[in-house]
Amino acid sequence: MSSALTSASLPEAMSGSPSARLAARRTRHLRERAIEGVLLLAALVSVFTTLAIVYILVKESVVFFQKVPLIDFLTDTQWTPLFDDAHFGIMVLLSGTLVSSGVALAVAIPLGTIIAIYLSEFAPFKVREIAKPFLELLGGIPTIVYGYFALMFVTPILQWFFPGLPGFNLLSAGLVMGIMIVPYVSSISEDAMRAVPMNLREGSYAMGATRYQTAVHVVVPSAFSGIASAYILGVSRAVGETMILAVAAGMQPNLTWNPAEPAATITAYIVQVALGDLPHGSIGYQTIFAAGLMLMLITLAFNILGHVLRRRYREAY
Amino acid sequence: MVTNMAGPDIKTIIDADERARGTLVTKAEVKDLNFFYGDFQALKNLSMVVNENKVTALIGPSGCGKSTFLRCFNRMHDLYPGNRYEGAIEFHPDNTNLLGRDVDPIEVRMRISMVFQKPNPFPKSIFENVAYGLRVRGENGKRMLEEKVEQALRRAALWAEVKDRLHELAFNLSGGQQQRLCIARALATDPEMLLFDEPTSALDPIATGSIEELISELKDKVTILIVTHNMQQAARVSDFTAYMYLGELIEFDITDNIFIKPKMKQTEDYITGRFG
Amino acid sequence: MQNRDLGQIRRIIARHKRWDTVFMVIGMLALLVGVLSFTALFADMVIKGAPRLSADFFVNFPSRRAGEAGILSAWVGSTLVMLVTALFAVPLGVASGVYLEEYARKNWVTDIIEINITNLAGVPSIVYGLLALGLFVYQFGLGQSILSAGLTLALLILPVVIVATRESIRAIPQHIREGSYALGATQWQTVKDHILPYSAGGILTGVIIGMARAIGETAPIITIGALTFIAFLPPSPLQSTPPFISFEWVMAPFTVMPIQIFNWTSRPEAAFQNNAAAAGFVLVLMTLVMNGLAIYLRYRLRKNIKW
Repeated sequence: MSSALTSASLPEAMSGSPSARLAARRTRHLRERAIEGVLLLAALVSVFTTLAIVYILVKESVVFFQKVPLIDFLTDTQWTPLFDDAHFGIMVLLSGTLVSSGVALAVAIPLGTIIAIYLSEFAPFKVREIAKPFLELLGGIPTIVYGYFALMFVTPILQWFFPGLPGFNLLSAGLVMGIMIVPYVSSISEDAMRAVPMNLREGSYAMGATRYQTAVHVVVPSAFSGIASAYILGVSRAVGETMILAVAAGMQPNLTWNPAEPAATITAYIVQVALGDLPHGSIGYQTIFAAGLMLMLITLAFNILGHVLRRRYREAY
Repeated sequence: MVTNMAGPDIKTIIDADERARGTLVTKAEVKDLNFFYGDFQALKNLSMVVNENKVTALIGPSGCGKSTFLRCFNRMHDLYPGNRYEGAIEFHPDNTNLLGRDVDPIEVRMRISMVFQKPNPFPKSIFENVAYGLRVRGENGKRMLEEKVEQALRRAALWAEVKDRLHELAFNLSGGQQQRLCIARALATDPEMLLFDEPTSALDPIATGSIEELISELKDKVTILIVTHNMQQAARVSDFTAYMYLGELIEFDITDNIFIKPKMKQTEDYITGRFG
Repeated sequence: MQNRDLGQIRRIIARHKRWDTVFMVIGMLALLVGVLSFTALFADMVIKGAPRLSADFFVNFPSRRAGEAGILSAWVGSTLVMLVTALFAVPLGVASGVYLEEYARKNWVTDIIEINITNLAGVPSIVYGLLALGLFVYQFGLGQSILSAGLTLALLILPVVIVATRESIRAIPQHIREGSYALGATQWQTVKDHILPYSAGGILTGVIIGMARAIGETAPIITIGALTFIAFLPPSPLQSTPPFISFEWVMAPFTVMPIQIFNWTSRPEAAFQNNAAAAGFVLVLMTLVMNGLAIYLRYRLRKNIKW
């Protein structure tokens, strides 16, 4: 019998008595399960994070709403939490958020969609190769730099056109925010359009349609769910943006629907409070959590909508 | 008297009886067509005639170039970079060379319609699908559109099934209905020639049967060029058949001759199933 | 249509083709808006900031005298915060990605995890700041420190790292795994010896993109309470007495580049605006380099790996 297979040359797990091998197998099994457990814990961190966010926001807001009735919070038209006669009307901050987001989307949605259609249906290959990374870089610029740009470059230019424009205003911040959001809208819309099968486009071209007719009548309607989810993402991004507004729109709460005025958004207000010196546990401290909760609910609603739309377009093909 | 066609030296087929009676008219004449995907030559020296108001079938094994040949007629290859045509396809009665560099592909596609292998209705209503070609041609008058849409749907034998739901989405139709919708869409603009690219290979046998019936009914009014990998279909439906292999036209004759007494051995081998 | 005037058809086609051309022009103009904005932003910062870019700028602390102010505490702070961020984000993110791709079964636990990851990617960064303030700073008592900031940013970029990890792992074909298992390797051995090494490139790309994002984040750090005027450095990690490594710096107050920019932008004097421009230029350069590196890596990876 060949002696090549001595127990010295066998792997440890295979040498020795059956019971030794069984023990080795059990430790190996335990080790594998332990590793899996560690990895699972890591994956659960995301769940813990969400729970932690909910916990923190709700915990501080509960205290807040014990002192401030919900009705007042939603309907009061002043936001003066630090005054002796304090008012807590979230509408004031919400108006800033809505107006600035409105301006931003008025820029980002048309520009983003046009760029997406152009890149997907018209642009030659080389243009796409350059434009796509460029747009990605544009979206990666830190928002504080965009804020600086809005305050120091865009506002003076706007003031040249509209002489009465205040140094802090929602218009300037909104426009720059719009430019920042364009890459998000365009890249997701373009992905949706490229997913439309060539078969459908050929059907249109075979009827004698031009590129524009095919893009508008066939490609865009087919990609609509994906494009809509791109828009929703843009909205989400606009509502949650902080620094551009903190720098360029000022941080003074102001209930207004006029973009040519300074105002604070929900996000800018939180920054303003954080910059100051608020004792932990004071009502002022709690307002930022109540405001944060409002923000979370709005973004959550849009995220869910976007998710539903994305699911629908993925099913179509 | 039938003239034989073999190899690169190709002479036009003439059915002397029919031509003498003046009932066989040339609609398109293919002259020495070569086609290149980049460096790869997909079609070699094709010469052929497509006769007016008749069904001509293109058959051959996978990869023989029949779809490539078909798509030359409506300049589909222009949509993708790197393709090159050589030779001419003369389109009668005005003798336009469909492949001419100065000829606008869009104009070609307005005269020649295509039905695809996989039904591709647009994400629109049934009515709008059929009306699309008309709208592209600038015809927007409501009465005219309604008339032409109904006419096209009748010709495609679909009217009875959809007349009460013209404004529903086309996606809700079955596969066979969708294909008939695509045929109606192609017919609505009164094309001079209809190209069918394996129109029934994605359909079940019953739908296939109804499409074949449709083709037979249409042919007296429209010139039809159909690519099919199904020999029996070619035999059932076409008046003329061209057998292609590896980018070359091996034999072109009236269908009966191709299937009953082919002149080239390669044709015979294919017909009898010695290879496929 | 056979009777239709060919000329009439040609006129209609010409009219529609004009729309084609018009749209192409509009499309290029739209792209141009993006290009011009970027150029204007960059040029503005270079023009105003370049004069301030000297060696002194990088080694000086911020000062009330604009001409002497520098970004030393800011970029040191940024570097240290990035270190902590990477320390937490990379293991957590990669481990999560590996778990979801190699171990997770299709059950409700997995669904919940995936929903959470997608959801967290859409949470505004300032909410992460609130989380950090309430939880890390106060509840856990970590204070307004580099550790708190690093943890917060790690959570912020976690979805980016997880998604990058998952996509890189998914690109590995099944037969590679089967080859490893067929040789008797355990699941962890397969992951350790095959999955991780082969997906490392893609994971690295994702990490770089995440870090590029983190380095520019301002809102969460402000919310934690990073002070905006810091004229000192955190204690050095190296010290001359045993055990030679100190972790005091982790709990020290600090500032980061974006906050320094914010601070200078808020000052009315033009000289400080120039400082902000200079610092902004440095920050944008850093982000561009990182993003550019990631894009390049992704491009090279796509070309090289042929399974």
